[in-house]
Amino acid sequence: MNTALKVFRYQVRDLARSRAIAGYAAFLLLATAGLLHFGGGPARALPSLATVVVLVVPLVSLLVSTSFVYHGNDFIELLLAHPVGRRPLFAGMYLGLALPLAAAFVLGAGIPLAVGGALASHAGAVALLGVAGVLLTTAFTSLGFLVALRVREAASGLGLALVLWLGRAVIYDGGVLLGAYGWAAYPLEVPMLVSMALNPVDVARVLVVMALDASAMMGYTGAVFQDFFGGPVGVALALACLGAWTLLPGLAARYTFVRKDF
Amino acid sequence: MTEPLAPYGGAGLAIAVRDLAKSFGTRRVLDGVDVDFAPGAVTALLGPNGAGKTTLLKALLGLVRPSAGSLRIGGAEPDDAGGLRRLVGYMPQLPHFPPHMTVRELASMLDDLRDFDGHPDEELVDALGLRGELDQPFRTLSGGTRQKVNAALAFRYDAPVLVLDEPTAGLDPAASLALKEKIRRCRAEGRTVVVTSHNLGDLDTMADAVVFLLDGRVRFHGSLADLLAETRSDTLEEAIAAITSGPSPASTGASRGDAGGVTAEGTGDGDAERRRRTDRDASPERPRVEIVR
Repeated sequence: MNTALKVFRYQVRDLARSRAIAGYAAFLLLATAGLLHFGGGPARALPSLATVVVLVVPLVSLLVSTSFVYHGNDFIELLLAHPVGRRPLFAGMYLGLALPLAAAFVLGAGIPLAVGGALASHAGAVALLGVAGVLLTTAFTSLGFLVALRVREAASGLGLALVLWLGRAVIYDGGVLLGAYGWAAYPLEVPMLVSMALNPVDVARVLVVMALDASAMMGYTGAVFQDFFGGPVGVALALACLGAWTLLPGLAARYTFVRKDF
Repeated sequence: MTEPLAPYGGAGLAIAVRDLAKSFGTRRVLDGVDVDFAPGAVTALLGPNGAGKTTLLKALLGLVRPSAGSLRIGGAEPDDAGGLRRLVGYMPQLPHFPPHMTVRELASMLDDLRDFDGHPDEELVDALGLRGELDQPFRTLSGGTRQKVNAALAFRYDAPVLVLDEPTAGLDPAASLALKEKIRRCRAEGRTVVVTSHNLGDLDTMADAVVFLLDGRVRFHGSLADLLAETRSDTLEEAIAAITSGPSPASTGASRGDAGGVTAEGTGDGDAERRRRTDRDASPERPRVEIVR
């Protein structure tokens, strides 16, 4: 078995006993079950759930991965004192955190959706929500690793992670909205599409909104988005954007890890 | 060109550090360190806080990448894959272990990562009373017990080179004695032991050689007896105080040919660059010991 798989296996076994991952899964389970129960059925609960997913999944993934690297720094040092290559160690650590986080999301949100009948009645939307949630997890885990490896001070790193989340989940949209308001007289569909692609939270949000047929509420822009993201090419492009948000920060984090002084 | 790695047959491997430098940003932590660690000896790496001791140890393990210079263990240079680290047992300074993992799981993980299928050296497991703690998760263990685990793991693989960073920190007297006894046995077996400690009592009874680092440079390298004689001290503590409070070479302009300098060691071969001297004339009350390059 190669080194990355060995590290992955031991880390998953360790995280399986972690209250943080179990608590995250329990929160998603309760939130999803609550929305389904009090939200008036799957059709109305799914958009609310999508909002919860695009806000909570990035926040948890970012904070857990950032603090994971800071808390594990001494242990990483111990492992690197053994005949372990830095690249496989990074791969094992990254997958050993991202996959349990993704599994917590899939199980936490998925079980109530399956039990509540949403999976059967809105299979496409639920599947897309699931894929978006998993890719948001991997993307923000990559960003969390990158932040923790680049910023030596844990307090500064965690602060930066919070700012990053706030920027991506809230402030970015405010900026886009201001821009749209300021240039309302111009055709903004293409700039809007580009601005969406530059923010993984927006890519996931638009993807899920399109799958839920809620684009009609967005007027002409919604029609353009529906036209773009509604088809298989648009969905594939959106998923590729989310994949790139996983890959690019992940590679940057690995580059930093390989050259870092511990 | 890297020489082939000497096979390990129970003996230690020489460590050669040449002109090693390391900077963190604008701060130069190691500034041309030139030193050898001999097999079959315990070498104490001493110096005040921030002198560069831990950075030098980490450089030996490839945890810190030198800005310049070279280091070789048994003639081989460390590489990214970390194969050379199979020959090193490392005891870091008070490490944090995964809180949910048990001691046995961690040992098994390290065995697995090293592809180790031999008989581990578990002498310290018994000597430090860890047998009953093997199935406990780290979060339930005290700091002292975690340090005992740290020690047991460093000696587990019978490594020819042992790098121990503050090994007795946090240990109770009985555990400290057991660990020092183990270190002495490793020396008798011919292994190379490099140890840092602020507990000078440990080193008085254990160290064969002393390397004193100050401001990232080697200020003394020689036997403990030489250090005491040249600093006119009775204890290691006094000797270190004498070195630390003495004027720096830069401030005195000391050089190899200065009058009054006494070359105390190394008249041939590679020792030439690591000769040291005392400059007693410069300060009769406060002897100074430093390297001549």
